[in-house]
Amino acid sequence: MNPNVQKSSVVHIGDSPRRVEDHKFLTGRGQYVDDLDFPSLVYGVPLLSPHAHARIVSIDVSRARQAPGVLCVLTGQDAIDEGLGGFPPLFMPEDMGGPKGYRTSRPVLVADRVRHVGDRVAFVVAETADQARDALDLIEVDYEPLPAVVELSDASAEGAPQIWEGAPGNRCCMVMFGNEAATTDAFAAAAHVTKLELLNNRVSANSIEPRCAIGRYSGVDDTYILYSSLQNPHGARQMLAQAVLKVEEIQLRVVSPDVGGGFGMKADPYPEDAMVLWAARRTGRPVKWVPTRSESIATDNHGRDQKVNAEMALDAEGRILAIRMRSMHSFGAYVMSAAVAPLTFAVRFVPSVYNVPSFHGVNVAFFTNTCPTGPYRGAGRPEATYVCERLIDQAAHELGLNPAELRRRNLIRPDQLPYSTHTGFVYDSGNFPGLLEKALRLSDEESYPLRKGESSNKGLLRGRGIGFFIEQGGIFNDKMTLRFDASGGLTILSGLHSHGQSHATVFAQLVSDWLGVPFASVKYLQGDTDKISFGRGTYAARSSMIGSNALRIAADELIAKGKPIAAFLMNCPKDAVEFKDRLYSGPGGKQIPMTEVAKAAHIKAGPLASFGVGLEASGVWNTDPPNFPNGCHVCEVVIDPETGVVEIESYTAVDDVGRVLNPQICEGQVHGGVAQGIGQALLEQVVYDRETGQLISGSFMDYGMPRADDIPVMKTQLEEVTCKTNPVGVKAVGEAGTIGAPAAVMNAVHDALRAVGVTHLDMPATPLRVWNAIQVAKVRGQS
Amino acid sequence: MYAFEYERATDQKHAVKKFESYDAPRYLAGGQTLLASMKMRLAQPDALIDLGRVASLKEMNVDPAGISLGAMVSHSTIAQSHEVQQTAPWLSDLAKGIGDRMVRHRGTLGGSLANSDPAADWPAAALALEATIVTDRREIAATDFFQGMFMTALEPSELIVAVRFPQARRAAYAKFRNPASRYAVVGVFVAELQHGVRVAVTGAGPCVFRVPEMEQALVQSFQPSSIEGLHPLFGDLNNDMHASAEYRAHLISVFARRAITSAIHRA
Repeated sequence: MNPNVQKSSVVHIGDSPRRVEDHKFLTGRGQYVDDLDFPSLVYGVPLLSPHAHARIVSIDVSRARQAPGVLCVLTGQDAIDEGLGGFPPLFMPEDMGGPKGYRTSRPVLVADRVRHVGDRVAFVVAETADQARDALDLIEVDYEPLPAVVELSDASAEGAPQIWEGAPGNRCCMVMFGNEAATTDAFAAAAHVTKLELLNNRVSANSIEPRCAIGRYSGVDDTYILYSSLQNPHGARQMLAQAVLKVEEIQLRVVSPDVGGGFGMKADPYPEDAMVLWAARRTGRPVKWVPTRSESIATDNHGRDQKVNAEMALDAEGRILAIRMRSMHSFGAYVMSAAVAPLTFAVRFVPSVYNVPSFHGVNVAFFTNTCPTGPYRGAGRPEATYVCERLIDQAAHELGLNPAELRRRNLIRPDQLPYSTHTGFVYDSGNFPGLLEKALRLSDEESYPLRKGESSNKGLLRGRGIGFFIEQGGIFNDKMTLRFDASGGLTILSGLHSHGQSHATVFAQLVSDWLGVPFASVKYLQGDTDKISFGRGTYAARSSMIGSNALRIAADELIAKGKPIAAFLMNCPKDAVEFKDRLYSGPGGKQIPMTEVAKAAHIKAGPLASFGVGLEASGVWNTDPPNFPNGCHVCEVVIDPETGVVEIESYTAVDDVGRVLNPQICEGQVHGGVAQGIGQALLEQVVYDRETGQLISGSFMDYGMPRADDIPVMKTQLEEVTCKTNPVGVKAVGEAGTIGAPAAVMNAVHDALRAVGVTHLDMPATPLRVWNAIQVAKVRGQS
Repeated sequence: MYAFEYERATDQKHAVKKFESYDAPRYLAGGQTLLASMKMRLAQPDALIDLGRVASLKEMNVDPAGISLGAMVSHSTIAQSHEVQQTAPWLSDLAKGIGDRMVRHRGTLGGSLANSDPAADWPAAALALEATIVTDRREIAATDFFQGMFMTALEPSELIVAVRFPQARRAAYAKFRNPASRYAVVGVFVAELQHGVRVAVTGAGPCVFRVPEMEQALVQSFQPSSIEGLHPLFGDLNNDMHASAEYRAHLISVFARRAITSAIHRA
C-alpha cells in the first residue's frame, strides 16, 4: 500500500491509494448544487402543507404575487392547467407477477387534498430566497382538516380514516414468499416456538448535502437543464420527461455533479425537481431551490417503518424448523421511488444464513398520513435481519442456550453451497461458520465473563449481541465506457454514480491494474446525461459488481482493439501479439504499453490512420445472478441502569465482501454503515403526533443524528470469499454495516437488560425508553 | 431570515441609545440562540445591536471573594481561563460542557443569562452561587432575575454588564444531555456557600429552580446519601419525547448526587 502514488505508477487491485476525491472535498472545493451559480439566477421555495390530512377548499396567491421581488407563484391548479403529470412508483408487486396494488401518482403540486405534513401546495419564485420565503407567508390557503392516521396499527384498524378512495382499508399492496401449508405443519410439530412483535423505527437519511435543485430553460430550442443532488440522473430524466413534464428525453439534460450522500433517499426525482424546471420555463430565469434542514426532514423519503409479528419453530435440539412472519410496512402518503424494494427484501432475507426448512412471510404495505418512505441504506435487508436475529437470540434465551451455539447448529455450511432459499435466492459462496468463529475471537468472547463481572461490580449492566446477515448486492444491468485521448490519458464514463462511494478512486485502480495505465492518468466522469450515454446510477450496492465487471469487459475489448495497432507498431503479425503483464508483447521480447497504442490510434495520417480514430470500448454487466455479501457483527454494550444510557463498549465486524478492491474504502463503508445502524438502534426516530399527524422530530433539536462520540472505535476484518458468479469475484459492501448493526446492538441491549427483568424493547433504545423498561420490569418483579 | 437593521455598538451608552431608537430590537451577544431562531424565522427583530466591540463588557476580575465576568466573555474564555480554573473550577467545568467548540467560542455568559432558555446551563450556576447580575442601571440578585421561560427581570433596553459570582466552599455541576440536541435535559448545580447549600436545577422545568428539601438535607451532611429518595414533584416538570416528567424527577436526584460527589472529590 502506498498512499502517495507517483504520477507514473500503476495501482493494483487490493491497494489503498489516497482517494483521488479527497483533495477536492476536504479542501472545500467540491461542486455541489448550491455551489453552482448562473447569471440572473432566482430562487424558488415550495409552500408545505401544515396539515397531515386536509381538503384544500381554496387558495389565494394574489397577495404573494404582489410581494416584492416575486416573479411567479404556481399552484396545483396551474399544474393541472399546464397538463403536468405526476410521479409514479418505479415498480409495483404486480409488475413482478405479484398481486395488484394501488398505484398513486404524486402531483408536482397538490390541488385538492394534502395527505401529509410537508405535502407541496404552491411554489413561489422571487429574486432572492428571503423574498420568496416572505411571499410564502402571504399565500392564503383555506384547509378543511380531515382525520389523520400516522401509525400502522391505526391505519390498518377498522374504521380508520381513508387516505385514498381507491385503496380500501389504506392497503396499498402486498408481497408473499414461501410455503404456508408446509410452514403450518412445521409449527405444529415443533418442540419450541419463539414469538416476537417488533417495530422497525422510521428514520430519515439526512444526507450532509440536502436535496437541492436548479432548473434552467432555453426558449431557443425548448430544452431544459436540471442540476440536482440525485443518485441516478438518467433515471430522473426518464421519469421527469416522460411522466411529469411530458417532453422528449432529448429536451432534458440532468446533471448531478458532486453529490453529498444519497443512501437511497436521492435515488429518484422529487416534486421540487419538476418545480424548478417548470418555473424556469415560466420565468425565463434559472431557478434554484435549497431547503432548510427541517424542510428536508419533512419532505425527504423516509426509511423503514415496519411492524412485524414473527415466529420461529425449533426442534428439541435447537434446530430451526420454520419461520413465519406477518408484517405491515408504511408507505406514507404516496408510493414513491422503489418503495416496493424494502417491502420485498424485508421478507426475502428473513431466512438469512440459516438452514430454514420451511418459511412463510407476508408483508402488506399501508398508506399513512406521513412523508412517503423509500429505500434507505439496506432497503429491507436491515428489517429482515432484525427479525431473524432477534428471533434467534430470543429463542436461545428461552432454550437456555448460548446464542452463538444456537447459530452454530443452524448456519448453512460451506458444503451446502450453492444453497437455495425458500425466498428465491441461490447463495453461491460464503463461509458462515468461519465468520462466526472469527467474529467471536476478534471480539474477545473468552474474556467476556470477566468484563461482565467488572461492570456488575460498578453497578452497570453489560450485554453482548450478534448480528449475522446476508444481503443482495446489485440490481439491473448497466454500462461503463473507457475512452483514451490522443496523449494516452484514459477516461472512465460511468453509468453508475458516486455520492461518497469513491468510484473515481476504485474504478481508476481497476483499469490501471488491468491496462497498465498510470493511476494518475485515469479520469472518472459521471452524472451528466449529455456526457454519459446511459446509466442507472448507484443504489442497492450495485456499483462494485456491475461497475467492475462492465469495466473488465470494456478493458478486454480495448486490449483486443489495440492488438492490430500494437502488431503494426512492433512490425509483427497480429496473432503474434499477446497482452500480458500490462504490456503488449511481440516476438523477440518486444513490448509496448497500452498508452503508446492509444496515442498511435489518434495519428491523423499515414498507415496508422487506416486503423480508425481513437480507442474506446464499452462493457455491460447484468445483475443476474446478484452477489450475496454477508457478515457477522458482534456488539458489546454497557448500560447505566440509573440513567438508562447505553454505551457501546466495543463493536466487531467481520464482513465477507468477496474480492477486496480497496481495503481502506471497504472499511470506510463498513464504518459509515455501522454508524448509521447504531443511529437507528440508539438515537434516530421520525416521530409524528399520533392524533394530529404533526411532525415532532422536525429538526436536529429532536431528531437524534449520531455524532462521532456516539460511535465506538471498531474492529473490522474483511473476509475474501470470492464470489463465484462474476469474473472479478466481488460482492458488495455499501450496506453491510447498516444491516448488521441494529440487530447486533439491540441483541446486546436485550442481553444486558434481561438481568433486570426487561424482556422487550423497540428501537431506538434511548435513555428514556431503557429507563422506563427497567421501571416497568421492577414493578412487575415486585407484584 | 426576515430583513433587519444592523448596528454595531461602540460602548454601553451607545448600545442602549441605539436599542431605544427601534421598535423591536435585540442585543446581539454571541447569537448562538438568536441567530438560529432568526434563520428559522421564529424571531423577527427589526434591528440587531451588536455588542461584540464593546470592550467594557469583556472584563474579568478574579479575587478571593469572588469572580466578576463581563457579559460578553465567551464560554470558551471561561473554560480556558487559568484563574477561573484555580479559583472556581465549577465555573470553568460548566463552561467546558456547553454546546460544542463553535458554540463555546461564540456564545457568551451574558447572552445565556439574558435569554433564560429553560435548558441553558449558566442559569443553574447563577442561581446556586447566588450571583449578582450587574446591568447598565442596577444590580439584580439571581434569585430575582429568572422569572420564567425566556423571561427575566431585565427591562427592555437594560443591558447586562457583568456577573459577580461569590466564592463557594465547594460546588459542582452535573448534567444529563438530550441525546439529539445535547442541551441539558436535567442539569443540577450544587453549591456549598458560606451560609448554606443551594441546589439549582435547569432543563427540567420552564425556568431554572431550586430544590429546598435537598438543600436542607445537605446542610446537615454534604453527602450524596443525604438526598437519597429526594426529588421534586414531577407534576411541574417538562415532558417531551426525550424525557417524561417522571424521568426528569428521577434524573434530578441522580445528577444532584453526581454533582455532590464531584464537589467533594475536587475539594
